[in-house]
Amino acid sequence: MTTNTAPTSSSKPGFFTTLIDGNEGGLKANGLTPAQKLSLRFVVVGLIYFGFAAIEGMLMRIYQIEIISFIGVEQYFGILTAHPLVGIFGSSYMIVFGAFLFVIPFMMKKPLWSLKVGQASFLLIAIGTFTFWFSGFISHYAALYTLYWPLPADFDQFSALGGSFFIGGIALVMVGSLLFVLNVFKSIAYTPEGWEQQPAGALLSSALGFTGLANLFRKEKKEHLVPLPVAAIARGSVDVALNAIIITFSGVLILVYMIWHLAGVNLADTAIDALLYKNWYWWGLDLVADGLVLVFVAGTWYLLATLITGKKLFMQNIARAALAVELIVSWTVWSHHLLSDQSQPAILKILSGELVTAFELITQGIAIFVTLATLWMARPLKMTNELKFLLGGLLGFGLAVPAGIMQADMGLNRILHNTQWIIGPHVHVAIIVGLGMTLYAAIYALWPLLTNGVKLYSQWMANVHFWGTLVGGIGMGAFMGMAGLQGMLRRTIYFEGEFTPYMWLAGISGALILIGFVFFMLNIIMSVGLKGLLGIFTKSKLDTKDLVPTD
Amino acid sequence: MINSHDVLWGQTLLYTAYVVVMISVIIWFAYSITKEGKTSKVSKTFFWSFVAVLVVVGFSLHLVTYNTIPWVKQDLHRGDTVADQQFDIVVENHEFILPAEDMVVQCNELILFDVTSNDLTYGFGLFRDNNSMVMQMQVVPGHRNDILWKFEENESLTIRSTEYSGPEGFQMIIPDAVNVVGCS
Repeated sequence: MTTNTAPTSSSKPGFFTTLIDGNEGGLKANGLTPAQKLSLRFVVVGLIYFGFAAIEGMLMRIYQIEIISFIGVEQYFGILTAHPLVGIFGSSYMIVFGAFLFVIPFMMKKPLWSLKVGQASFLLIAIGTFTFWFSGFISHYAALYTLYWPLPADFDQFSALGGSFFIGGIALVMVGSLLFVLNVFKSIAYTPEGWEQQPAGALLSSALGFTGLANLFRKEKKEHLVPLPVAAIARGSVDVALNAIIITFSGVLILVYMIWHLAGVNLADTAIDALLYKNWYWWGLDLVADGLVLVFVAGTWYLLATLITGKKLFMQNIARAALAVELIVSWTVWSHHLLSDQSQPAILKILSGELVTAFELITQGIAIFVTLATLWMARPLKMTNELKFLLGGLLGFGLAVPAGIMQADMGLNRILHNTQWIIGPHVHVAIIVGLGMTLYAAIYALWPLLTNGVKLYSQWMANVHFWGTLVGGIGMGAFMGMAGLQGMLRRTIYFEGEFTPYMWLAGISGALILIGFVFFMLNIIMSVGLKGLLGIFTKSKLDTKDLVPTD
Repeated sequence: MINSHDVLWGQTLLYTAYVVVMISVIIWFAYSITKEGKTSKVSKTFFWSFVAVLVVVGFSLHLVTYNTIPWVKQDLHRGDTVADQQFDIVVENHEFILPAEDMVVQCNELILFDVTSNDLTYGFGLFRDNNSMVMQMQVVPGHRNDILWKFEENESLTIRSTEYSGPEGFQMIIPDAVNVVGCS
């Protein structure tokens, strides 16, 4: 495995020369295949949207310390609405999809089914994200990502026109996501031109876990045709598709109300049962947080562990089975978001909300153990960037998942629901430290393949990024959590300085994350050069379906 | 009798201890993994023992809280319980409409708060003077939103919406709305 720790050379050209041309010649965009360019586009735009989310997050952190006079309350809640959506769809989806559209052909040893469909996914998600972000910025449409009925159709508070663009943008993202899913399954199952016919059914069966399930009852076990990381991608993609269907369905419903309102007719919002809506919406939304994220992350850990060590995964079959359990758990876990809804049936609270949710502790625990055991068995290992970020990612989920299990308890939820505890130690530690550092590890691991071996500009900057994200992410989560335990709510504003000391500490921690990210981006740009960076967005000069240049 | 303050204190202690252990393990692991060791094997017994611990911890949490936190059983069986006192509250246009009489609560009595929303989804939470939370629930339009609670300290409690209901919702605060009396 090629490591990408930067050399400590002291004879570097000037800052601006390196900024334009990149480190040691930077990225030669003309030498990139269409597949490399596609993945790099996803990753670069995903990182830019992470910057959007990070700046928005920092603005909100400052707002909680001291009200920013030029940001009105409506604007604040507009930011609060856009922030998680940009972070998840614009950033995480983009980076993950870009990486996976590279990993699937890499591991399956055949070209991506369709670069054009991949490009369409990229454009739809990129444009969709900008559309909902911009319409929220202009119109202050602020129904939050939860969209609790009938708030999204409350036209006394929100503009129906702005909301239509907002929902339209989300719909574009969902269509792009569905195209990604199509590309994933077609790439696994299809037979490339000139190849011997591939066993499409058996490949899909292996990818989705049916082969593994049947093996439990067979004397002679069938071989898994699909590598474990690809199986994880396929299973997570099932949740991407289901999530897209639910979100699109809800979006169409909201759009109907908006369009009728614009036409001068107000439909009765009581036509939709608010609790039923909340159930189906959370069923779909939770396929992200408690479904595809966990499955994709576990798959990425397994990929990274095998790439870093060059060895087989510890307890591979159990890991495969745990991914299947995780997928089923993700379909039955939504009710932990409704533990404080008194009309929600108690049986759903106990079974779905508490007991099924507890399985996430088990499946994520297995994923962490398997990854650590695989690394342990290959020691001594060099502490490369991909390894240290991987350990950071494991720690992030190691902290965030138990925090989530605690709040998914009827007793504790009564005094934790909608407090800063939920969004701090659970959500932000999971996303910034757990998911974020895992994605950074994947970027570092795939870097040599994606850039044809561009040398990283500065190891020092990579270290600043690592510590900024790790300390800042855990610190921010911890101080938000402390405020939450003292009663501080999320999704509101405090004007009397009730929690200012905690918010100062959370703000400083947030600043560390932002500083780390700035150094990361600078390091990336200095490595590839602005020329190379812009070259990613031009048409590839190589007419090939190959993943990397053959020479 | 355990109240929300005690539960949160216990949770803080437990979770902080867990975080310290988890961070220490990862630091030790990160250090050890770069060194040659006596053994690099990981036994399957160790793995399955770990899984067993996860199973026990994951499910026993709910058993422990069910048997130690008083409001869990109270909440699950509230349909069969007769409250000593009931307050009917309406929420509309981002305002709590409280009962005409003062909301004075006798210590250790079972109080039912029945909150109805006529428009949006809101939250209903009671908070102490120091902003810490006593309890909360969601208030969903078109459905019954009721919670049974027993108070054990003389205090004045603030009602606050605990759910986002649009930019106007953050002002939904009524200080000293509920007064608990009669505790020794």
